[in-house]
Formats: sequence, structure tokens, C-alpha cells
Amino acid sequence: MKAKRTIRKILFYVIISIIALSAIVPFLWMLSTSFKAREAIHTIPIRWIPKEPSVEAYTQIFKLSNVNFARSIINSFYVSTLLTIVPLLTAAMAAFAFAKLEFKGKNFLFSLFLFTMMLPGTITMIPNFITLKTFGLLNRYLALLLPALCNAFAIFFIRQNMMRISNVYIEAAMMDGASLYRVFWTIMLPLAKPVLFTMGLFNFMGAWNSFLWPLIVLSNRSKWTLQLGLGNMGTQFGNYQHFLMAGSLISIVPIVIVYIIAQKYVEEGLSTGGLKG
Amino acid sequence: MYTGSRQQTRRAVIFFLLPATVALIIFFLFPILVSAVMCFVKYDPLKGFDAIKVVGLDNFKRLFSTQDLVSQFRHVLYYMVLYIPLVLITSMSEALVLNKDFNGKKFYKILFYLPVISSWVAVALIWKWLLNGKYGLVNNWLQLIGIQGPSWMTSQVWAMPGVVIAAVWKDTGYYALILLAALKGINKTYYEAAKIDGASPWQRFKSITLPLISPTMFLLVIINVINGFQVFESIYIMTDGGPAGATKVPVEQIYRNAFTYFNMGYASAIAWALAVVIFAVTIMQFSFQKKWVSYEG
Repeated sequence: MKAKRTIRKILFYVIISIIALSAIVPFLWMLSTSFKAREAIHTIPIRWIPKEPSVEAYTQIFKLSNVNFARSIINSFYVSTLLTIVPLLTAAMAAFAFAKLEFKGKNFLFSLFLFTMMLPGTITMIPNFITLKTFGLLNRYLALLLPALCNAFAIFFIRQNMMRISNVYIEAAMMDGASLYRVFWTIMLPLAKPVLFTMGLFNFMGAWNSFLWPLIVLSNRSKWTLQLGLGNMGTQFGNYQHFLMAGSLISIVPIVIVYIIAQKYVEEGLSTGGLKG
Repeated sequence: MYTGSRQQTRRAVIFFLLPATVALIIFFLFPILVSAVMCFVKYDPLKGFDAIKVVGLDNFKRLFSTQDLVSQFRHVLYYMVLYIPLVLITSMSEALVLNKDFNGKKFYKILFYLPVISSWVAVALIWKWLLNGKYGLVNNWLQLIGIQGPSWMTSQVWAMPGVVIAAVWKDTGYYALILLAALKGINKTYYEAAKIDGASPWQRFKSITLPLISPTMFLLVIINVINGFQVFESIYIMTDGGPAGATKVPVEQIYRNAFTYFNMGYASAIAWALAVVIFAVTIMQFSFQKKWVSYEG
């Protein structure tokens, strides 16, 4: 009986190691390639640890003439921060109205928001491009920000959470003469902090990784985000795999740091079906 | 509802809802209308609004008379037929493992979710390199067991399976997490009772776990069908629709027609064909959902 249990335990760890390995090997391959010199990438048999490790890729990708990689990293941090905070605020505002205020047509408006979650992005993509072009907003980060102001998933998620906040707090504050704006700012937002944090993480990861929409509205190279720069590098330097792997590594690191710091929140949010790379 | 005049409340409602609602109207509702109209025109954004030409049903005629739509849908269906069963098996295994208690679980979880949180651009570049015909890791390992691997991304036969492998690798952790939540919801006493009756682990899995998580599985299939129809980034970076059009898919073709060939009318027609299919799947999901919710409750 005891032997059987030991065998089962060993088997379990073998299985889990296989899964873990298949998850991690592509990343190790990326890491290994990124520290190889140009001549060392295309060799057989494969050497996992380069004979002469080289940081050539990490210095070269910042000197490309077609892609300003450093600039794209800075742009990505800027855009992601912007797209984390502002849409979070507008979603929290709408969520507050839906959770705690009474008004005509509330259910109808709320279902309109929910409807947008089912709307395929390909339907809105072309008209939105035309609208933004007409108003001269292409190649400006407003083109990314404005559509994000309507984030149905965040509104839904934050509303669920705010509905659980007791009305007693609100009534007490209003008794003391606080306005609804004050109630929102000093009571609702602080009490909804955990859910705001989770949604903020989503916004950040979504903005950092987003590709198709920025590809459409940002054609000006100086405005490119990291993903656009990397994607372009992929088509221009297809055979310089050490460049691509170094670039990929750099693009993944910030997200991994965020994830490790906030593991609990990210997983909680993921399991509610929110984030899909 | 609260103290303060009615007017004040109304003003507050408008204030709180304004930004989101304006964005809703301009960027979600209005575009539905515009997009529907665009299906019937020829519009090149470089030429401005004066150059819009009403072409009636021409866009749809072209869509259905050429092989365009058929081949795009055939490719996404092929993608889904490969991808969905595979990703369900891998994510189910991962969820079953994570449902156990063991040392270092938190660390393993981080490993499992790394692919999920990485961007598609990075993942596609990594896998394109892994699947490189001559110097890629995959083919080198296949060589070790005596298999001559194909030149994945440049092969009309193997490009799509290559994309599928990358997608399964990236998404497994995500669906595992959803399945794990479902597994955690199963009442432990079922297993204890089955154990007392002498049921083997496989029997327990087959007769308790599978039926009880089947609603979640079904939901995942639906989500994956909806997402599968809209596959884009992996294809765009890994194959760009090639080789020789072997991985042309609707979203990639919408993008290409609208923003490379500047034929926005035709692109809109593809978008609507795609949307109709997705809506049909969504409606199916709702009606099915009602069915199993009733017997679950």
C-alpha cells in the first residue's frame, strides 16, 4: 500500500514536471537564443548555453534604423499607464451610477453596454478608423484612449462589487451634507479598491499586449508601441532570431513582474473570464 | 433614492454616465450602422468621402462568387477542429493537477500562466523560431526520435497545425484556471462516497468529475468557437495568411482588404458575414445554456 502511494506520488511529480517543462522550454529557448551571436544561432547541434555568450542582440536592437525600439518601450509604458487609469475612472463612474443611483432607462442602458461585449471587434474597427481619421485623431494616443472609455466588462465587474457596498455608508455621508460626487470619491472608490486594482491590472496587461487596434491607428513610427515595433522587427529581421528573441524577452519582462507581484489578483480576475491574451 | 433634490440626482447621473455613454454611442453603436452601410459601397479612405460609390450587392457577390469566403471559413474551421480538442485536453490535465495540494504549487502556477500573460506578438515570434524547419528546436528534437520534421511555416500542410500548437501552448493555462474553478466547486462528498464503494480514480473521473464540469466544458467550447472565428495575431505574425494563402482567415482578410488594399466596403462585407456566424453561435449558446442551467438547478 505504501509502495503504491509512493509510486503514485512520483508519477504525479513526473506529470507536473512535463507540463511545467512544456510551458517553460519555449521561454528558455528564447533566452538562450537572445544571448547568441549572429553566427551561433544557425548551428546544429543546438547549444543551449552559447559557447561565447553575446549581448550583441541587446545592443543592436536599440540601434536599428527602421524601428526605434527604445522609443517604443517608452511609448508602451506611457500608453499603458494612460489606458489603465482613465478608462478605469470612467468605468467606475458608470458602475457607481448603475449600482447606486436610480434613473429612467437604467436597465436598457445597462443592457446596451453588455451588448457591446458580444459585438465582434471587426464590425466596429473600420467605422472607428474612419471616425478617428475624420477628426484628425490618427497617430495620436487619443485614438487608443477614446474607444476604451466604454469598457463594458469593467463597468459590469465594478458594478457587481459596488452593489455589495452597504447603503448605510452612503446615507450617513449624505446626512452629513456630502454630495454624490463626494460620496463617489471618498466612499465608493476607497471601498472598491480591490476590484479597481484587479481591473486596473487587466487594463494594463491588455494595453501592453494589444496589437491589432494600435496597428490600425498608429502608422507613424515614432508613435509605435512595443508590440508594433516588435511585430515590425519580425517582418524585417526574420533571420536575425537573436534580435527577435531579445525583443520578445524585453516585451515580456514588465508583464511578468506585474504578474508575480499581483499573482492573487491576476488569477482571481482571470478565473472570472476577464482577460484573454 | 437619496436625500438632495431630484434635480441634483439627475445631474449626478448624467455626470457619472456621460463619458462611458458617449464612447458607447460613438465607438460601438454608431459603427454598427456605418458598417452595415459600408457593405454596399466602395470606399477608399485615401480618396476621401467624395469618392464613395454605391455598388449595391457587388461586395457580397464577389464574396460568394469567388472562393474568398469559403476558403477563409474552411481555414478557421480547420484551425478549430485541431485547436479545441487539443486545448481542452491539455487544460483539463493541467486543471486536474492544480486541483491537488502539493509543494511548490504557487511556483508551478506562475510557470503555467507565463504563456497566458505574454503578448501574442512575442509568443508568435518565439514559436515561429521554435518551428523553424532547419534550426528550430522542435524539428531538432523530432530528429532525436528519428522523425524528419516539416518546414512548418512554409509548408501549406503544416503551417496551420504549427499555429495551432502555438495557440494551445499559449491558452492552456487560461482555460485550466477556468476549469480549476469548476473543479473546486464539486462537492467532495461525492468522491468520498465513490471511494467507499471502491471506484477507481478513472471511474471517479469519468462518472463524477466529467459530468459535473460538462457545463463549463461546453461553455469553453462555445467561447473557443467564437474566439476561433476571430483568430488574428498568431496568423498575422506567424504566417501572414500564407504560404500561398493556406492560412487566410476572416479577420486577417478584413484587415488586409481594409488597410492594405483600402477596399473598406469589401472588408465590411467580410466583417458582416463573420458577425452573422458569431451571433448565431452566441444565440445557440444562450438557448443551450438555459437547458443545462434548468437541470443543474
